[in-house]
Amino acid sequence: MPQNSITLLDARAVDRTLKRMAGEIVEHNGGTHGLVLVGIQRRGVQLADRLSTLIGEREGETPPRGALDITLYRDDLQTIGPRPVVGKTELPLDIDGAQVVIIDDVLYTGRTVRAALDELADFGRPARIALAVLVDRGGRELPIHADIVGKRVDLPKDQRVDVLVHALDGKDAVILVTP
Amino acid sequence: MTSALGKDLLGLEPLSAEQIRLILDTAEPFKEISERAIKKVPALRGSTIVNLFFEPSTRTRVSFEFAEKRLSADTVNVAASGSSVSKGETLVDTARNLEAMRIDMVVMRHSASGAAQFLAERIESNVINAGDGTHEHPTQGLLDLLTLRDHFKELKGLRVCICGDVLHSRVARSNIWGLQKMGAEVAVCGPRSLLPHGIEQFGVQVFDRIEAAIEWAQALNVLRLQLERMTAGYIPSLREYNRVFGVTAERVARAPRELLILHPGPMNRGVEIDSTVADGPHSVILNQVTNGVAIRMAVLYLLAGGRPELAEAAKG
Repeated sequence: MPQNSITLLDARAVDRTLKRMAGEIVEHNGGTHGLVLVGIQRRGVQLADRLSTLIGEREGETPPRGALDITLYRDDLQTIGPRPVVGKTELPLDIDGAQVVIIDDVLYTGRTVRAALDELADFGRPARIALAVLVDRGGRELPIHADIVGKRVDLPKDQRVDVLVHALDGKDAVILVTP
Repeated sequence: MTSALGKDLLGLEPLSAEQIRLILDTAEPFKEISERAIKKVPALRGSTIVNLFFEPSTRTRVSFEFAEKRLSADTVNVAASGSSVSKGETLVDTARNLEAMRIDMVVMRHSASGAAQFLAERIESNVINAGDGTHEHPTQGLLDLLTLRDHFKELKGLRVCICGDVLHSRVARSNIWGLQKMGAEVAVCGPRSLLPHGIEQFGVQVFDRIEAAIEWAQALNVLRLQLERMTAGYIPSLREYNRVFGVTAERVARAPRELLILHPGPMNRGVEIDSTVADGPHSVILNQVTNGVAIRMAVLYLLAGGRPELAEAAKG
């Protein structure tokens, strides 16, 4: 069956959205003090890099970034099987007492975020953890919500949102795919 | 339930180059877990693993146990002495009784070649071979590959010589198969009495002199000379073995290029390897031990997985 693709955000819209999110993150945190951006592998890591740079340009202080791979914290290994390759987890310094913002591309069931919260807890005790996502597509299976959202859409199960980022895909875009 | 590796890990001979690469690549992120303050992830929570060791072992058993615990599995160790095995129970009965207690995996070391396969065909749990007789020791072979890849970046075209008691060594066989599948060139070096008859059929080069091996190789995997071999008449004396085949500082100093030294342990210092070499700058013997935990975590993780064809459905 051919796939139907609709562009939800093009490169300029992604850029505008990220700039707004950068502002909201600083606002939500009341400044950049203690701020740490932690991206979820893989595209969340690229977005965290971009947001961190944008915040640096606005505020003159670039918050440290980290990467989190939640593969080993998922709850579906026995039924679904291992992911082919597990990515790296790298957190900056100490996250005890930090204002951590988890960054991901798409928020869907909430299971990835649940796993990320578990993993962060194994590294330390942040003062606060917030969640920022580029796209919230609805369909939650857990009581989890995002504090900062780039674009909100409500999609049925059979549709998919693909986020493309320049560093990995050659261009920035958010695409809605209907199989 | 079959994983990307199948139900069991019995040896490196049945694996494809792609499967070996998958294990090595999966081991990379597991290295970092052992550096964390809390060295534990929940990936195998709820899995029960029995470490069934019919032969004494410290390094391999402890390494498996750390790997299992760092993945949050529940583990039980069974040693042959002091168990029902010493009362004459057969291997299959022991395993079936354990399986009746609802276990998920068995890690087994046994003195009989083929014991792991024998068991794997008779129980439903995943079986990991932790060394069977003189046949294979796949996780040791894999950790050697990982250590070599860490250093040389690429296994293809690498020249590795396995030195010493190849005849009795399961490590040697796993290394030969694993290295060859990854495109490395393999040689062996040792007294003819300790090389298997027809070793050339493995497609390996044979060196009768350690000096020639050192001149050829980029890495030496020095095997342990089991001391009981001397009384069995394979070699005249330990001193003579050291004089003719020992990896000594003088010999290593004459290597025409950088020479990496591996040893699966436990070492007989002053017999197959000199202390100055074992503790020297070219030795990666302790890196092997560190990598062993990551490799075993990767194997456990990959075998524990269910149906990879459904992995797509889990995204989101």
